[in-house]
Amino acid sequence: MTEEIVDLNPGDFKSDQEVRWCPGCGDHAVLAAVTRALAELKIPKEKFAFISGIGCSSRFPYYLSTFGFHGIHGRASAIASGVKLANPELSVWQITGDGDAMAIGGNHFIHAIRRNIDINIILFNNEIYGLTKGQYSPTSTKGAVTKTSPFGTVEEPFNPGELVIGAKGKFFARTIDSNVQLSAEVYKQAALHEGTSVVETLQNCVIFNDGAHKQLSDRKTRDDNTIILRQGEPMIFGKNRDKGLKLDGLKMKVVKLGNGITEKDILVHDAEENNPGIHTMLANMRNPGFPVAMGVIRAVAAPTYDMALRGQIAKVQKDRKIKNLDDLLRSGSTWESK
Amino acid sequence: MNKSERVIERDEVVIRFSGDSGDGMQLTGTLFSNTSALFGNDLSTFPDYPAEIRAPQGTVGGVSGFQVHVGHSEVYTPGDYADVLVAMNPAAVKANAKFIREGGTIIIDEDNFTEKNIIKAGYQKDPVAEDKLNRFNIISAPITTLVREALKDKGLDPKTVLRTKNMFALGMVYWLFNRDFEYTEEYLKSKFSKQPAIIEANSTVLKAGYHYAETMEAMTPIYKVSPARIERGRYRTIDGNTATAWGLLAAAEKAGLDLFIGSYPITPATGILEALAARKDLGVKSFQAEDEIAGICTAIGASFAGNLAVTSTSGPGLALKSEAIGLAVMTELPLVIINVQRGGPSTGLPTKTEQADLMQALYGRNGECPVVVIAASTPSNCFKYAFEAAAIALEHMVPVILLTDGFLANGSEPWKIPSMDALPEIKPPVVKDGDDEFIPYERDEKKLSRKWAVPGTKGREHRIGGLEKTVKGTVSYIPENHEHMVRMRAEKVARVVSKVPDIKTYDDDEGELLLIGWGGTYGHLLTAVRELRKEGKSVSLAHFNHINPLPANTAEVFSGFKKLVVAELNAGQFVRHLRMEFEDFRFKQINKIQGLPFTCTEIKEQCIKLLEE
Repeated sequence: MTEEIVDLNPGDFKSDQEVRWCPGCGDHAVLAAVTRALAELKIPKEKFAFISGIGCSSRFPYYLSTFGFHGIHGRASAIASGVKLANPELSVWQITGDGDAMAIGGNHFIHAIRRNIDINIILFNNEIYGLTKGQYSPTSTKGAVTKTSPFGTVEEPFNPGELVIGAKGKFFARTIDSNVQLSAEVYKQAALHEGTSVVETLQNCVIFNDGAHKQLSDRKTRDDNTIILRQGEPMIFGKNRDKGLKLDGLKMKVVKLGNGITEKDILVHDAEENNPGIHTMLANMRNPGFPVAMGVIRAVAAPTYDMALRGQIAKVQKDRKIKNLDDLLRSGSTWESK
Repeated sequence: MNKSERVIERDEVVIRFSGDSGDGMQLTGTLFSNTSALFGNDLSTFPDYPAEIRAPQGTVGGVSGFQVHVGHSEVYTPGDYADVLVAMNPAAVKANAKFIREGGTIIIDEDNFTEKNIIKAGYQKDPVAEDKLNRFNIISAPITTLVREALKDKGLDPKTVLRTKNMFALGMVYWLFNRDFEYTEEYLKSKFSKQPAIIEANSTVLKAGYHYAETMEAMTPIYKVSPARIERGRYRTIDGNTATAWGLLAAAEKAGLDLFIGSYPITPATGILEALAARKDLGVKSFQAEDEIAGICTAIGASFAGNLAVTSTSGPGLALKSEAIGLAVMTELPLVIINVQRGGPSTGLPTKTEQADLMQALYGRNGECPVVVIAASTPSNCFKYAFEAAAIALEHMVPVILLTDGFLANGSEPWKIPSMDALPEIKPPVVKDGDDEFIPYERDEKKLSRKWAVPGTKGREHRIGGLEKTVKGTVSYIPENHEHMVRMRAEKVARVVSKVPDIKTYDDDEGELLLIGWGGTYGHLLTAVRELRKEGKSVSLAHFNHINPLPANTAEVFSGFKKLVVAELNAGQFVRHLRMEFEDFRFKQINKIQGLPFTCTEIKEQCIKLLEE
C-alpha cells in the first residue's frame, strides 16, 4: 500500500450524485460511517476502488467520489479480486448484500475468502430482498413470511459469520447501521487488516423488513442484547455492565457478575487467536439467551493471495532464462531452414 | 540390407497412431511429428481422443488416435486417409478401418488380437474378413512378446515393461520412414531425468522396434518424404492453444501491460490457461477461478484496473459468461474472450471439434449487445489472431471474442518464428493524472472508443457499471439516452472494420463457384479448392477470419461468382449471418456435424455436385 499520507474529510468522499435510498434506510448511516473510515485511512482518494454487485446497497459506489464499479448480480467478489490482483496498490472494497453475497454470489464469496485476497467486504444484512420488493433471503429467519414465502420459509438461514469462518476466513466483524461510531471504527480495522475482511453490517430495510434488528438497535434494549468485543478486554455487557460470557465446558454461557463471579472469571477477547472455536461461538450467539456479538470477532494475520502471487512472480523472475517474448519464441526445440 | 529397392518416394504421407487411451498414442504421434519437423517436413497433426481419461479397455469408445500428415510440399490438413495405421488392439482397427487409404499399411500388435479383445472391439471372430482388411498391407508383429523379451533382464515390473509398447511401434515407424532417434532420445532424457531405468527401457524398446522392422523381410515399402522447400528462417512446431497463449503474451508486451488471465479448466481450452500459468517469468497473473463466471469477472476487474485481461473457455463456458460479456460491453472495457469450440449443445462432444458456437458468439446475450468476433484458421495463426484480438480490444475499448476450435487447439504444425520487432505497437487510450473533469463515455471521434482511466490515476475517479449511463456516467433511464448509447456501442463495433483487411480469394476474382469458409476449416477447404482447380474446375475460396465486422469488400467479392457455397462444421450458422448481412445473394450450404473436420474428398464431391446443378 502507498506510503503517501493525505488529509481528507468524510465530505471529500461524497460524490455529486443524488442519494436515492428510501428515507430512513439504514444504508444512509453506513455511507456516513464508510466516508468517516476512509478519511481516517489517510490514503489518496484515487487509490480507493469500490466494487458492488446488485441490490439496494450495491448502488453505494455511485455515492462515493472514489473509483467505482457497479457490477452484476453476485459477482462483486470476483470483480474485486481481479481489481486487486491487477493492482495490489489499491484499497479495494466490495459492497454487497445478503442475497448478492450468499445466494447468487455464494461461490465467489467463499472462494475470495478462502484465497484471502486483500479486499474489504461490507456485507449489508437486512434479511430480505429489498430491490425486488420483499422476497426472503438466505439470512431470513426460518418461518419468515415474505412475498415468496406467504406461509413462512421452510429453510434454515445462513449465519454470515459462521460461513466466513467455515470458508477459512481470517477477518470477521459485525456492526449495525445505527451505530455509526462503531461501524466507522470496524471498517477502518477491516481496511487495515491484510487479507479478506468481512464486516457484516446489520441494516434495517425500512420498507420490507422494518425492525428486523430492532432489539439490537433500540436504545432501551440494545445494551442487554449485544456485546461489543474489544481485543484484550473481558467480554462484559449489559446496561449495567453486570453480565459476562464464560465457557461452560465446550459451550458459551452468560453469567451474572457478583455472587463470587468476578471479572477474572470472564473470557477475554482474543480476535487474533488462529483457532476458530471461540470465534465461531461468538459469531453464532443469538437473542434471546445470548447477546449478539459486535465489533471485530476474528482478525488473524495470514499470508494474502495477492502478495503470494506477487512473491511467486518475483521469485520465478529472479533466475529466469526467458526475459521477453523473443526469448520464449526461440526456446525449446527449433530449427533453421536454409 | 538393401533398402533402396523398396523405397517409394512420396510428396506426402499420412500416419495414424491408435490404441487404448492409456497406450501413449498421443505421445507417440507427437514424437514422430516433431522428429519429422526437425527433419524438415511440413506437417499438420490431428489428435482425436475420447473424453474419458481411461475408457473401458479394448473398446472402440476408448480408442485414442493421433494423425499426422508429413509432406515434401506444403501441408494444410492432417489428411483425409492414412497411408499407415498403427493399431495397438482390435478396437483401434475397428475404429479406424474407414480412415485408411486403399492399399495402405496397418501395423498391429498381434498379441492383442485375442478372441476376447476381438469380441470386445465389436467383431464376431475375424477382423480381416469382417472389415475386408486384405485390401491393406497388414504387418502383424507380436509387439507385447517382443517388448517383454527386450526388457527381460532389466528387472522392471511387468506394468512398466508393457508401458513401453508404444516405443516399439514408434521404432518400427521410424524405420519405415527412415527417421533418426535423436529427438526422441532427448525427449526421454528430459522427461525421465530422475529415472534412468525408464530412459533406458524406452530407448531399448525403441531400437528393438526399429531393428525388428529392419530384419523383417518384405515387410512393406519404405516411404521417403524429402524435406519441404520452405521459406528460410527459424521454425518450431506449435499447437493452437500454445499459439493463442503466446499471441496474448506478445500483445501484452507490445502494449506494455501486465497480462491477466482468469479462467476455469474446460476441454479443449485448458491448454491456454496452462501455457499462461507457466509464464510467471514473463509476469503473467494467471488465476484459476472457482467457475467460468468468476473467470470472466476477475478478468473484467483486472481490465478495469488496467491489465490486458483475458478469459478462455469452450462453448458451455461461453454460455455461462454471457451476462458478464454484456457487462464488459456496457462498461466499454477491453477484454479478450477465447472460445475453443467443441461439439455441442450442452456437454456435447467435449474432445471433438465443431463450429457451432458462432451464433452464440455473435448474438448470445441479453439486450443489444454486439461484440467483435474473429476466428483463427490454422494452429499457428492462433498467434496472429490472439494478438489482433487483444490489439482491437485495447485500442477500441471493446470486448473481443476469438473463436478457435478443438481441431486448431490440439493440432500442430511447423511455424516460422516471428520477430517481435515486426509486430505493431498497441496503444490503448490510457488517461494520465489530471485535474480536468473525466467524462467516462466521451468518445474518440473516429473510433468512438472511450478513454481508459484506471484506478490509481489521480483526479480521474469515476463510476461505471452495468446500468445504462449518460456520457458523464450518471445512471439514466431517459429513453433517448438509452437508444443513443445502444447505437453508439454498435457503431463502435462496426467501425472496427477499419482494422479488418479486405478478403482475398484463392485464386480468382470471378468464376463459377466461390467456396466460403471461416475459422478452422481453412486447410481442408484450401486443399479441396486447389485440387478442384487442378482438375480444371472454376472454383475459388474466400476464407473469413473476421466475422464481426466482416471485411468491407465482402459483397464485392461475392458478386464475382455465380454460385456461393458456405461450408462449415455446423447446421448453417455463418451462412445465416451472411444471409442477414447480404440479402441480395443466394447461398448454398455444405454442412457436417459429426465432431470431425471435413475431409477434402467430401468437399470436392459436394462442390462438383453443386457445379453440376
